[in-house]
Amino acid sequence: MTTHILAIDDSRTIRSLLSLTLEKAGFRVTTAVDGVDGVNKYLDQGADLVITDVNMPNKDGFGVIEDIRHGDRNRAVPVLVLTTESGAALKERARKAGATGWIVKPFDDESLVAVIKRLTGG
Amino acid sequence: MNNEPSLLDTFFEECEDLIIALSDGLTEMRDGQADNETINAVFRAVHSIKGAAGAFALDDLVNFAHKFETVLDDVRAQRLAPDDSLLRTLQRAGDMLADLVDNARNATPANRALVDPVLAELQAFLGPEEDTATDEFVFEPMSLDLGGQDDTSPVYRISFTPGRTFYALGHDPLLLILAIQDLGPTEICVTANDLPNNFSNLHWDDGYLTWTITLSGPVSDLPIREIFQFVDDLCDLRIENNECAPFAQTTFPDHPPQPEPESGPTTDAPQRGLKDEQAERTAIKPTTTLRVDPERIDRLINAVGELIINQSVISQRLQEAALPNSSELFADLDDYKLLAREIQEGVMAIRAQPVKPLFQRMLRIAREASDATGKSVVLITEGETTEVDKTVIERLADPLTHMIRNAIDHGIESPEKRIKSGKAQQGIIRLSASQRSGSIVIEIADDGAGLNRPQIRDTAIKKGLIADDTILSDQEIDQLLFAPGFSTAAEVTNLSGRGVGMDVVKTTITGLGGRVAISTVPGRGTTFSITLPLTLAVMDGMIINVSGQTMVVPITNILETIRPSQTDLSKIGLNNDLLRIRGDYVPIIDLAERLGHAPPGRPLTDRVLLLIQTESIAQCALAVDDIYDQRQVVVKSLQGNYGYILGVSGATILGDGKIALIIDPEAITNTTSVQSQIAQPTEGGRSYVAA
Repeated sequence: MTTHILAIDDSRTIRSLLSLTLEKAGFRVTTAVDGVDGVNKYLDQGADLVITDVNMPNKDGFGVIEDIRHGDRNRAVPVLVLTTESGAALKERARKAGATGWIVKPFDDESLVAVIKRLTGG
Repeated sequence: MNNEPSLLDTFFEECEDLIIALSDGLTEMRDGQADNETINAVFRAVHSIKGAAGAFALDDLVNFAHKFETVLDDVRAQRLAPDDSLLRTLQRAGDMLADLVDNARNATPANRALVDPVLAELQAFLGPEEDTATDEFVFEPMSLDLGGQDDTSPVYRISFTPGRTFYALGHDPLLLILAIQDLGPTEICVTANDLPNNFSNLHWDDGYLTWTITLSGPVSDLPIREIFQFVDDLCDLRIENNECAPFAQTTFPDHPPQPEPESGPTTDAPQRGLKDEQAERTAIKPTTTLRVDPERIDRLINAVGELIINQSVISQRLQEAALPNSSELFADLDDYKLLAREIQEGVMAIRAQPVKPLFQRMLRIAREASDATGKSVVLITEGETTEVDKTVIERLADPLTHMIRNAIDHGIESPEKRIKSGKAQQGIIRLSASQRSGSIVIEIADDGAGLNRPQIRDTAIKKGLIADDTILSDQEIDQLLFAPGFSTAAEVTNLSGRGVGMDVVKTTITGLGGRVAISTVPGRGTTFSITLPLTLAVMDGMIINVSGQTMVVPITNILETIRPSQTDLSKIGLNNDLLRIRGDYVPIIDLAERLGHAPPGRPLTDRVLLLIQTESIAQCALAVDDIYDQRQVVVKSLQGNYGYILGVSGATILGDGKIALIIDPEAITNTTSVQSQIAQPTEGGRSYVAA
């Protein structure tokens, strides 16, 4: 089974970039344009891993995690937060919201793929 | 990083949208209508540009956006009050960001001389500079402090006991162990001491096992740390180097097992309050759109044009076939016509775009122009959602820019003058778009001094555009603005005097099949109205006979058609015919004579008159020989092959395959006689009248 990744970001560019990078690495990628879309797609189709932006209209990334962690689909899915912030404050915030891990934008293709592989085993 | 061109294209397309959102938000803030969500949207726009630009290593853009975003973040958190000076800076920063995007797109370096002052302005709102900008964007590949140890020792003992949250947050011990195994030979040991005696107390996401892994081989500390980077606070983790006693011990107590929903970061609270409001705001929701290469649409439009020609060919053939009227073919043909029209309208709707981006650009032009002239001017835009053909929008940019600059430079008075004449110090320019019966009307209205007609007249005489004894109506004087080589400013200012005159404005708009009208009230202001056809490719036309030639007059210009009786007609002088209609006298122009197809003085009684409305002359009647039909025609431009032809706006192919010229009534009624125009070269080469 190909590892299925749900990538949520309101930036078209980042979405394309993620699809391109991840598909090249052999993952199957679904994208969502904001938090609400992301949660809906997760609840609808599920995923082996979710990558989400933080700053988004309609529902931010932390809201996405909260919804996933309290939803009806596998609540223990790994969720990576994609953000331009870095440092301890982010880590604390992401952790509190229930993130599995975090990636700082701009991300490095190889590290991203490595992290995803480590979290999904795929 | 990926620098594939298609991705970059996506980025720049996205930037366009984001800059519109940004500009929108800033305008709302300027008008004092901004709520929290507006400021959030502005912040997000800048933030998204920064985030995506980082992926392409567009450093100028990233750094500028970062500073901009930092200021916006302070506004958002109400640490900064959006007063006038801050709003002006934000506007300038918005403009600069747009420029930087352009720079990035054209791969030209940013103009530091322009960027740095704006950066400094932004910094001024942030207080003394902190050295945060640089290290924030250096990619930090998930590394942690190493504490200065080196890796001489080859054996590590790693032990971890996953806590309850470890599983709940999506981690899996197996995957960690597999990752460690990738680093070298391992020995794995698991202890289950924590298992409850009573198995019914087992909880699926609780941790009961402690894993101990002995890893040997040439390994450094870093990769191990990397494996545990997301979980070092979720499991009781010890990493020991066997040869040095306990090394870099990290023991974290387990976090409270259940993340409490209400204990989120404090910043969450205002965001949550906004959710309902956000749901209502449709404008900022991402819309589902399809991006299509414009060339494909153009091909489709051409095909639809051919379809409409084909349709008229078929109806012509059917008529010639003399079928009985009851024939079902006619009903089918009607269906066909209906469908063809529907397709045509559908296709044109694809090309239609809101004028908003165009108007947004004008906001900036107005800002720059008011800065340059020292006049206080606000540009108010209306009807931004009005949709206009894409080509029209593109070609309108230059004329509108020029007209806005003109309005600020020449129309709006200086603040002192305005106060003296009892007006508000701030001038207002209204830029509006609306759709009126098959046309798009774009108006630029200023509340300035109005046109100075005596001065316009003097200038025209000085420039040799008219003789000094020419008698002109007010409208005719106004029209002089559009004459080539005309400029009313006593001295050409560096603002509007950029080598483009109002004549070019008019030529461009005429080229789009549109018209420009001026109305002015001394002391109260001037309004320029641009009327454009809804679509460029197809229009409703009246097919007429002009001395044996088949021609087309746009329906939009025709008020009514009249078959005159002798009593309706009268004369002034030798050759000036007038039509008497409802108590008014309207000049009659013999189209055939104007175009040089017939000698002057032919009788008018057996002819048809088309009552035409144009801007320059209130109304006039075109005398033609016959009316054949009223139908949709496909407009083919002649300009590319023949240059601009006075009185002719294009051509079309008729059902019988013949070509008919499309008459430009405005130009026809505006000239005394085409014959006298032939010798004069006009814009775009020499002009000829097709005979």
